[in-house]
Amino acid sequence: MDAQREISMASPAVGEAGATGQWRNKRPVMDPALCLAAKAGRVTCQICWVHCPDGCIAQGASPVIDLTYCKGCGICAQECPADAIEMVAEALHGACEIDESGEAR
Amino acid sequence: MTAETSVMTGNEAAAAAVKLARVQVIAAYPITPQSPVVEQLAAWVESGELPAEFVPVESEHSAMTVCIGASTVGARTFTATSANGLAYMTEQVWWAPGARLPIVMCIANRAMAAPWNVLNDQQDSMSVRDAGWVQLYCRNNQEILDTTVQAYRIAERLHLPVMVCYDGFLLSHTMMPVSVPDAADVDAFLPAFTGQLTIVDPADPRNIGPVTLADPRADAEGVLRPGYMEVRAFHQRALLDALEVIPEVDAAYGDAIGRSWGGLVWEHLMDDADVVLVAAGSLATQLTLAAEALRSEGIKAGVLGIRAYRPFPVAALRDRLGGRELALVFDKALSYGYEGPICSDLRGSLLGVEGAPAVFGAVCGLGGRDISPEQLTDSARRATADLRAGARTRATEWINLHTEAE
Repeated sequence: MDAQREISMASPAVGEAGATGQWRNKRPVMDPALCLAAKAGRVTCQICWVHCPDGCIAQGASPVIDLTYCKGCGICAQECPADAIEMVAEALHGACEIDESGEAR
Repeated sequence: MTAETSVMTGNEAAAAAVKLARVQVIAAYPITPQSPVVEQLAAWVESGELPAEFVPVESEHSAMTVCIGASTVGARTFTATSANGLAYMTEQVWWAPGARLPIVMCIANRAMAAPWNVLNDQQDSMSVRDAGWVQLYCRNNQEILDTTVQAYRIAERLHLPVMVCYDGFLLSHTMMPVSVPDAADVDAFLPAFTGQLTIVDPADPRNIGPVTLADPRADAEGVLRPGYMEVRAFHQRALLDALEVIPEVDAAYGDAIGRSWGGLVWEHLMDDADVVLVAAGSLATQLTLAAEALRSEGIKAGVLGIRAYRPFPVAALRDRLGGRELALVFDKALSYGYEGPICSDLRGSLLGVEGAPAVFGAVCGLGGRDISPEQLTDSARRATADLRAGARTRATEWINLHTEAE
């Protein structure tokens, strides 16, 4: 075997670390009625894009979050100056079932 | 083959070897008794005699980190430390072999605090024996020079870091005649390093050492990449390959320069020995005097010196110890709560081997406590008497311990 294959080294690429969206327990949900870029109708603000530590937000009006890789850290929601992003528990989106008390099971 | 003999300390011998190896990046933080190695190297870099980058850092952790970065881009690198400096470096000490970087580090062996003590034992390097470096122990200053040069060839052949260990003060600050080989001869033995595993190219970027989870996984190009356990299995395989490569390199050095050091282990008066005294480093040199004294009184004693402690030379030890009566292992370190590290490793390697000797352990010289050939001889006399009285196992003996105050 090529010795180069014996070490941990990878080409940087989208998805190199796997479908990290599976790690998420809350997802960011963008409200275009509040998003400054969406309201302006042009690519402005983009604060969420700047702060996303995983680079999984694409610029736009409004910016688009790639949920295949978003780990649900919530930094975008924290940083959004218009509070346009809400972190919503994955259970409410059916990733796992939720019981009557509201607790995921 | 021309060479010049100078009288020099072990630290100066190490520095001379680093210069001969044409090291390109040196990073270090001072600590007794290692400091004179890098002080000498810094002076040569300053004067232009050694065309290398010398990176003064604020800690040993950073010293190893600089070596890791420089080695990743293909530079030949060096650092040196001792005791608590090595302990402070430990996180990066683990990184270097896992990333398969051929860094060479000299350890001027010193006791670990607390309490503070700058003097010699081997607790520091023994405490990182499991990190995956090759560990070589030297018995005199000539061997320090020769082994440090050899270490680069071993390291670069196997993509493994190598620790060259030598006893603080006993060797690091003691002057002996040392033959310094001709630079051209060393160049022929040790060509420039060109074989780094990592790809460092802005036009073809890589993540080096990214998170590697349990299982093998296809990368973005669809090529299956090893998981953590595979990376470690390759690492272990390379270390075991060193059992072949260390003697090969030692022999090649002998052809090129005219001296060899026994490869993995070395022997003194072993041919007909019943009682074998085992140790690593300068202590094993002292044992040669003990073996000679024992022979003068009718005990057929010999010495088996451990040169390579990691990888542990199991086959070489079995080969040389089968059929003997006793292996008495002298450790200048302790796995606290158990026994000396060489002793327990040796006993384990002989378990189940037909004709294996009894293995007794002794601990000595901790924190620079004097140990004389006479005390070593006495210890071997007691061990031989215990054996002949029927003992097959025995509690670890502490030599020259003064607990009268109890």
